[in-house]
Amino acid sequence: MTEQTDFVEIRHAQKSFGALEVLKDISLSVTRGQIVGIIGSSGSGKSTLLRAINDLDPLTGGEIWLDGVQVNKSLPHRQYEKHINEMRQQVGMVFQHFNLFPHMTARENVTMAPKMLKGLSQEAADKLAEEQLDKVGMLERIDYYPSQLSGGQKQRVAIARALAMKPKLMLFDEATSALDPELVEEVNLVMKRLAEEHMTMIIVTHEMDFAASVCDRVLFMDKGVVVEEGPPATMFKHPTKERTREFLRKHIEGAK
Amino acid sequence: MGLDFSIIPKYLDVVLLGAAWTMGITVASAILSFFGGIVFAVIALYAPWIIRQPFRLIEWVFMGTPLLLQLFLIYFGLVQIGIDLPAFVAGIIGLGLHFAVYNSELIQTAILAVDKGQMEAARTLGLSRGEALRKVVIPQAVRAVIPPIGNNMIALLKDSALVSVIGVSELTLSAQRVIGKTYRPFEFYILAAAFYYVINLCMEWVQRKIERRIAISR
Repeated sequence: MTEQTDFVEIRHAQKSFGALEVLKDISLSVTRGQIVGIIGSSGSGKSTLLRAINDLDPLTGGEIWLDGVQVNKSLPHRQYEKHINEMRQQVGMVFQHFNLFPHMTARENVTMAPKMLKGLSQEAADKLAEEQLDKVGMLERIDYYPSQLSGGQKQRVAIARALAMKPKLMLFDEATSALDPELVEEVNLVMKRLAEEHMTMIIVTHEMDFAASVCDRVLFMDKGVVVEEGPPATMFKHPTKERTREFLRKHIEGAK
Repeated sequence: MGLDFSIIPKYLDVVLLGAAWTMGITVASAILSFFGGIVFAVIALYAPWIIRQPFRLIEWVFMGTPLLLQLFLIYFGLVQIGIDLPAFVAGIIGLGLHFAVYNSELIQTAILAVDKGQMEAARTLGLSRGEALRKVVIPQAVRAVIPPIGNNMIALLKDSALVSVIGVSELTLSAQRVIGKTYRPFEFYILAAAFYYVINLCMEWVQRKIERRIAISR
């Protein structure tokens, strides 16, 4: 596969919860190494779209493709489970509320899945944990439990946990929204470093400054559709749609 | 006839042996009830209908009928269908399954109370639902219910006296046998009570140890 091909492709994504349509015919493609930010108010469908990519919130219509393989292809239940577990190993996800496993140390959080799913030996897994936790600046807390860590530290361990599976794609679902303001920066720094390594990332965020500095492209979503998209410079400085302007204005006021 | 505790040392070995049996039966059935409780909880929550329904019936039998009757059924009843268990094995199975059902109730509630983000995070890493349950959800649920399970285990210790009726020479029955020889019920029942109290203290101590150990990982 060449660099130009679409790495992640979302075709006519549609999602309804009963009568409520939260995603309305969304199409989007992301090339390898690209960093895409998704902004929008709560309820706009941005998290749902992100969670559809690894099938946490399955679509009711449309297709998701990752690196030439359809994620949500139609298969008998057992085969689909096997297929989706394999797909998910290739997609790292970071949650707003970290979702670290509280009964495991940082090391165990990072090594559990690689040991279980990739059959890593204890030694190899320990090396992996040290490597990944070092990358997020958490090596000195390797044997701490989540209850002994701050929010920012937890989120960095959660990123290391996702990276330990060597994903092709990273999804961030408001990774810093639940953090105290002074802890946001340490997590942002880790994400910036990933960006420098050309990890393909899709980032749902409320932080416009961060989106502006890291993303190659920004999408503004509202009421289940992508209203506008473009490079951050254009999106934030010269949005063409009235709804985008209104959202950004409110957001800037809110930040003050 | 006045009280005379000086008779105790002569029969202490009999009562001590009984106490050892009580401890052995309690520990064995506690372990059975703990792991059985986890298995029952998983069946009750996740097994297919065809397994879950007959299981409900078993659950009802163990919760809705007296433990004494269950012990009779296992020890005397099963012989008729060719299962002849030694009395202490029948006792351990009866006590173990009876309390497994109670532990299962606790564990089920705790499994449902584990934050759904935990399952999501595990699935996101590529774990199957079963793997996620085993490695992530159940260990957390079990940690959450250690205190009430501990209470059940104290109840189990006390109910272990019931296995005396199927002839296991545990603490209560040993005391009774000594009383049969000495006609000293007060002294030996008090002695048995003291032993129950000590075993009880040991169990509480173990429980506190476990709780302290897991406090950090919750």
